[in-house]
Amino acid sequence: MFSSAIAVANADGKVDVIANPDGDRAIPSILSYVGVDEYHGAQAKAQLIRNPTNTIINFRDYIGKKYDEVDISASKLGAPAIQTEDGNIAYKIIREENKTEIVTVGEAVRRHLIQLKLAAEDYLGNDISEAVITVPTDFNEHQRTELVKFAGEAGLKVLQLVNEPSAALLAHLSATENKLLEDKTYVVADFGGIRSDAAVISVRGGILTELATAHEPHLGGDNLDDSLVEYFAKEFEKKFKVDPRKTARSLAKLKAESINVKRTLSNVQTSTCSIESLAEGFDFHTSINRLRYELTARSVFGKMTSFVEQVIKKAGLDPLDIDEVVLVGGTSHSPKLASNVSFVFPESTVVVAPTLDPKALDPSELICRGAALQASLIESFDEEEIKESLQPIVVNTQHLKKPIGIKDAEGNFVPILVAETAYPIKKSVNVTNGTNENVIIELYEGKRTIKETIIEPTPVSDAEDLDDDSDEEPEIQREVVYETGDLLAKLSLKDLKPNSELEVIVNITQNGVLHLSGRELKPGSVAVKGEITSA
Amino acid sequence: MSIVLPAATGSAATFEAVSKYSAPTRRPIEPVGRYFLAHATRTLRGHTWSEYEKLEAEKNVTVVEENGDEDIGDEEQDEDLLAHDPREWKTADLYAVLGLSHLRWKATDDQIKRAHRKQVLKHHPDKKSASGGLEQDGFFKIIQKAMETMSDVTKRQQYDSVDTNADVVPPAPKSEYDFIEAWGPVFASEGRFSKKQPVPSLGDMNSTKEEVDAFYSFFGKFDSWKTFEFKDEDVPDDTSNRDHKRYIERKNVAARKKLKQEDNKRLIALVERAYSEDPRIKLFKDAAKAEKAKKKWDKEAGSRKAAEEEAAKKAAAEEAAKKAAEENANKKADSKKAKEAAKNAKKKAKRTIRAAAKEAEYFGDAAKSGDIDADVEYLVEKLDDVQLQTVSSKVAGGDATVTKSAFNEIAAELAGVGKLQAAHLKYFSA
Repeated sequence: MFSSAIAVANADGKVDVIANPDGDRAIPSILSYVGVDEYHGAQAKAQLIRNPTNTIINFRDYIGKKYDEVDISASKLGAPAIQTEDGNIAYKIIREENKTEIVTVGEAVRRHLIQLKLAAEDYLGNDISEAVITVPTDFNEHQRTELVKFAGEAGLKVLQLVNEPSAALLAHLSATENKLLEDKTYVVADFGGIRSDAAVISVRGGILTELATAHEPHLGGDNLDDSLVEYFAKEFEKKFKVDPRKTARSLAKLKAESINVKRTLSNVQTSTCSIESLAEGFDFHTSINRLRYELTARSVFGKMTSFVEQVIKKAGLDPLDIDEVVLVGGTSHSPKLASNVSFVFPESTVVVAPTLDPKALDPSELICRGAALQASLIESFDEEEIKESLQPIVVNTQHLKKPIGIKDAEGNFVPILVAETAYPIKKSVNVTNGTNENVIIELYEGKRTIKETIIEPTPVSDAEDLDDDSDEEPEIQREVVYETGDLLAKLSLKDLKPNSELEVIVNITQNGVLHLSGRELKPGSVAVKGEITSA
Repeated sequence: MSIVLPAATGSAATFEAVSKYSAPTRRPIEPVGRYFLAHATRTLRGHTWSEYEKLEAEKNVTVVEENGDEDIGDEEQDEDLLAHDPREWKTADLYAVLGLSHLRWKATDDQIKRAHRKQVLKHHPDKKSASGGLEQDGFFKIIQKAMETMSDVTKRQQYDSVDTNADVVPPAPKSEYDFIEAWGPVFASEGRFSKKQPVPSLGDMNSTKEEVDAFYSFFGKFDSWKTFEFKDEDVPDDTSNRDHKRYIERKNVAARKKLKQEDNKRLIALVERAYSEDPRIKLFKDAAKAEKAKKKWDKEAGSRKAAEEEAAKKAAAEEAAKKAAEENANKKADSKKAKEAAKNAKKKAKRTIRAAAKEAEYFGDAAKSGDIDADVEYLVEKLDDVQLQTVSSKVAGGDATVTKSAFNEIAAELAGVGKLQAAHLKYFSA
């Protein structure tokens, strides 16, 4: 199930995630109608048990889509989606005196945004007129313009739409000082309620570039809930010989409790499950430990892990190339997911999840924190400037294909410019000439190879462990190594004193001309310069 | 450990391009984060790296400068203030208490907060008692009261309203002073109470009339937010005597009203005094007067010109008449003279002619002198002015023959036109 979060950045750059009047910071994107009353958030979610046909869920992905284009099974637990005359999607709601009301997706979005706006206004105490909203990367142009339109109808001017993984990564990187300036490659994996998204993003000089994205529409927390539902239903059937999955109400109750159990098990080892009058008047009480749950949901966790591997493959990279994995979305609270994902990557790769790093930000809030940060950044710009900045001429930029560096005395490749860096680039390194009077700076393109070293297992002295096969296998350590590839240019510096400080500057301009310059770091020295172009 | 470069093999060229680097891939970058905004600004404005860094560096400088007032609240309080009775805290200068007497109403909330923190550190009773003194928390209480007043917007406004220490005193009447220098700060300080902001400034000696008028009309219609709650008598807190409480409240309201009225009156008087003493107003009045005179002058220009022309004409006519009269007189005199001259010439010519015969010794015919004289007399009678002159000039030589022939000629000429009868001539022949 989709949820929404709202956040605001203070003057000092700190971000506050705003809780709605119910105290929820992850606000379920659900609207429910009982008579004249409209319920929103957790209150509406509670209505899913008693009043599912008047409860609108999972409408976000329908924005700007026609009825024929979407899989309407996402709304099967709530109010059924129907087709309007012009092919759009709407929900049929019964309000007071049995009057039916057709709520289109746009109307639902508008009402939802109004509720969020009210919650934020309550919290801040002043009016809100502008916002930054995040969207999944697979939202097309039409869906984006539609969302902006609906937001406008709800009284919110959208300053910018930001892709969810970028927003999440921005929030993650901004949490640590200067982390944004480290040249690293990230995987942002967002495991939501009913869908999963992942993106490979390279960060170079503070600029984010998406290298690949992947989407899995039927994978998410719901699948974990379903496996728990299945498990409990079997338990219940065994005890009372009644199938709780047959009636919608029992199923809804079981599902609601399963969600609670899942959440509890993310924090503690065992959880109880107690539902009064689950089916045919039988109460259901049982307890489950984390191991049991993880076994039950093993296939789902497996799918999630392979989903992460898939996106890396899509980017044409190896798990070795990934420096950090940022887990986003409510499902990322699951300890098993985090540990499974970390097994895919080498030990050098950091997996950011609350179960592995207690200091990590709440994964369900990362995205909206990023949006709030972006909002605080662009707040000082006028609308015109923001619009101009989002033009393709600014956004579409040349990216360096291969790393470029120099060769040191031992013949090793020393990277200066990292691959996938957006133009223009300017980097400098400080080197020395050692004892040589004249030195040569040879500029090379890097050639990526994966070095495999086999580490012989340390012989185990304990004889009893010998029957465990896995310990016998030699461990293979893989490592990405760059070697010098094509020689691009040579530059020599002469008549140097031993151990003088030298500076090599590589600069690629917007139009792709590479300038190489080398000079001695002392006052009055003349730099030797030259330029080459790209193929 | 730094990177060591390989030794050069002694190639002559210092730079040599060997090959091209791989073609780049075009990808959209994610429009998030401040480095993207920097990238966008660079791309849109066409800044190079160094230009951009320069601009950024300039920005950083201003940020540093803004954090400049570190010495806020370092002012020392004087002895009287430190010994002030905390029960009478309302009469203390609360800005001086916080060490902000140089800023007063201009102090920002942040400055107040920082100054308060400093004062607390300095005057905290714990600190005082540690250094020996007892019962030293009087001033600390005043500090807390001052902070309580300053941190509340309404209370601070109420205090600022009665903070006469911040007022600038106008110059003493009937003293010598520079108007702008003396009154500028007065109105700048009064202006802080205006509900309407910004307040026009007094300007300088070169201000235009419109500016000065706008200034005085602004202060003439001054709408002040001054309130006098701070001077209220404390309303008793107990519920025992409600009537007394209401009485005090009413009295306070009346007092406030009265003070407000007085203040308004004071301001009006102040503005009126400034207006009356404003040298610019006098300048404008003089200018207006001069302007008026000039206008009048201009307006009357037509008639004045006509009168001038009339006078000129008259003078000219007089002149002409005078000239004419003079000329007439001259002419008269001249003609008289000419006539006389002509007469004289005639007389002379006649005389010459009459004497001519005698001078020519009567042409040898002295015997006939009587006839000759008679003839000459006859001829002279008949001759006109011109002939007289011709003849006289001819005969003047005294040569007998010439004279005789001249007489004969003229006689013949006169006889020719019938003026003289040849028969009457006795000697000359016509």
